[in-house]
Amino acid sequence: MQDDLFLEETPTSSVTEKVAKPGPAVELRGSVFTLPVLRLKRSDLGAIEETLSERISQSKKFFENAPVVLDLEHLETPAEVLDFAALCSLLRTLQLVPVGVRQGSAEQQQAAVEAGLAVLRGGSVQEAVAAESKDKKTGEVVKQVVVPSKALVIDQPVRSGQQIYAQGGDLIVLAPVNAGAEVIADGNIHIYAPLRGRALAGVLGDASARIIVQSMEAELVSIAGHYQIFEERLPDELFGKSAQVYLQEMALTLVPLR
Amino acid sequence: MSKVIVVTSGKGGVGKTTTSASFATGLAMKGHKTVVIDFDVGLRNLDLIMGCERRVVYDFVNVINGEATLKQALIKDKTHDKLFILPASQTRDKDAFTKEGVEKVIDELRESFDYIVCDSPAGIEKGAIMALYFADEALVVTNPEVSSVRDSDRILGILAAKSKRAEEGAEPIKEHLIVTRYSPERVESGEMLSIEDINDLLGINLMGVIPESESVLQASNSGIPVIRDSQSSSGQAYDDVVMRFLGEEVPMRFLDAEKKGLFKRIFGA
Ligand SMILES: Nc1ncnc2c1ncn2[C@@H]1O[C@H](COP(=O)(O)OP(=O)(O)O)[C@@H](O)[C@H]1O
Ligand SMILES: [Mg+2]
Repeated sequence: MQDDLFLEETPTSSVTEKVAKPGPAVELRGSVFTLPVLRLKRSDLGAIEETLSERISQSKKFFENAPVVLDLEHLETPAEVLDFAALCSLLRTLQLVPVGVRQGSAEQQQAAVEAGLAVLRGGSVQEAVAAESKDKKTGEVVKQVVVPSKALVIDQPVRSGQQIYAQGGDLIVLAPVNAGAEVIADGNIHIYAPLRGRALAGVLGDASARIIVQSMEAELVSIAGHYQIFEERLPDELFGKSAQVYLQEMALTLVPLR
Repeated sequence: MSKVIVVTSGKGGVGKTTTSASFATGLAMKGHKTVVIDFDVGLRNLDLIMGCERRVVYDFVNVINGEATLKQALIKDKTHDKLFILPASQTRDKDAFTKEGVEKVIDELRESFDYIVCDSPAGIEKGAIMALYFADEALVVTNPEVSSVRDSDRILGILAAKSKRAEEGAEPIKEHLIVTRYSPERVESGEMLSIEDINDLLGINLMGVIPESESVLQASNSGIPVIRDSQSSSGQAYDDVVMRFLGEEVPMRFLDAEKKGLFKRIFGA
């Protein structure tokens, strides 16, 4: 098998914007999807076609109209700005639906966007079964490559009207998040002080994200788009207590820390 | 080294102008050359409270536009020769303020004054931003109520993010809290937030608590800053603020409700 590209999977997400009055036409929801990733190694369209059609012929049903993400990280010519339009039409003739790219340079991403592709950020990449290991009976073995997630640390109060966003990782706040302030993270949120404002964790759809606070006095908490607004004061067993918020079977759960 | 101090709050009607007038007067009474600037274009009332409204000829905007020199626009206080007022324009619109224009005036004032006190308009619009932008220190004025504290929180966020010091990554603006219109009785009855509550919510250095007092209104009506009324509790509280600002240790006063004396206990309040 040629080594022009490589199949693997990455979780990603889609978020639709919430539209306010009158009567929401759409709702803010985050969901996690697993998408096949085409890891591009060379840009030669002929070679790509050859490899892909061979792969597809092996499992036709699986690839029929499958959305795919193009991974630019492993290009042998890292700076090359690909002809995404040509690449996309090739993929479509193979009955694949290219939806976006991950990694790559700013120029590459720009070219991808111009060709109608999205740029997907974050996402851990699960190494798919490599061709050579397929012959062995190790089909189950999946090595997880987790994108190293950095944490953003804030040690000043987050005040009314301010917003802090930890992109691609966790947020750690060592001072109060006051009423009217908003803290957002792609990952978890830890607040070692009162949370009086809003906290939204896992905003790209990570349903395993959590919010952990030293003193729960929140106006709103949200995990992966599932949110709860507290118009009234929180119940006594939570208010002012150390608490955590997580999703349990898609239901937002608030519990005091023990 | 001269210092620029903004008196700000977010919310209107909490006592910024009252505080600016008394604070500036207090600094001058202690021998420091002080100017107080009215940034409230269109709603000018600092000159009324300072009792110099009849002597306003040129204003801050005239100076920014080069229509008058600072010397022409500055009004010298009647009683304190170290105190000057730079009045706001009553007619101009708020776009008269440009960063460059305000900076030029403040830089010029820095050359001859110890303290430059900026009386901010309410809100978080251009006028308020201009008043705080060049500040070295801030007096954040709050009333003991939730909405006022929330607005002050917002202003503190702006001080920390949008001031010149913040933009240049210099040492942050020194923030001081002044709680005004404080009524111990109403705090005790739970109608108003306590100092502790406010401190919990804002978490900045408390520089003074000014009690609610009728003498403030009387003082404003007669054009004499209340700090000059040494009989009134508010005047004394402002005097304490000035001393604390200048580095003296002064215990907090006027925090507790007055114990009813024997007479009041027998005959009622
Ligand atoms: N300590 C006080 N006690 C009683 N009234 C006060 C006190 N401080 C301010 N006031 C009154 O509150 C009103 C608003 O004050 P002002 O200083 O003009 O507020 P701002 O400049 O924040 O709008 C005025 O009528 C003033 O007399
Ligand atoms: Mg005012």
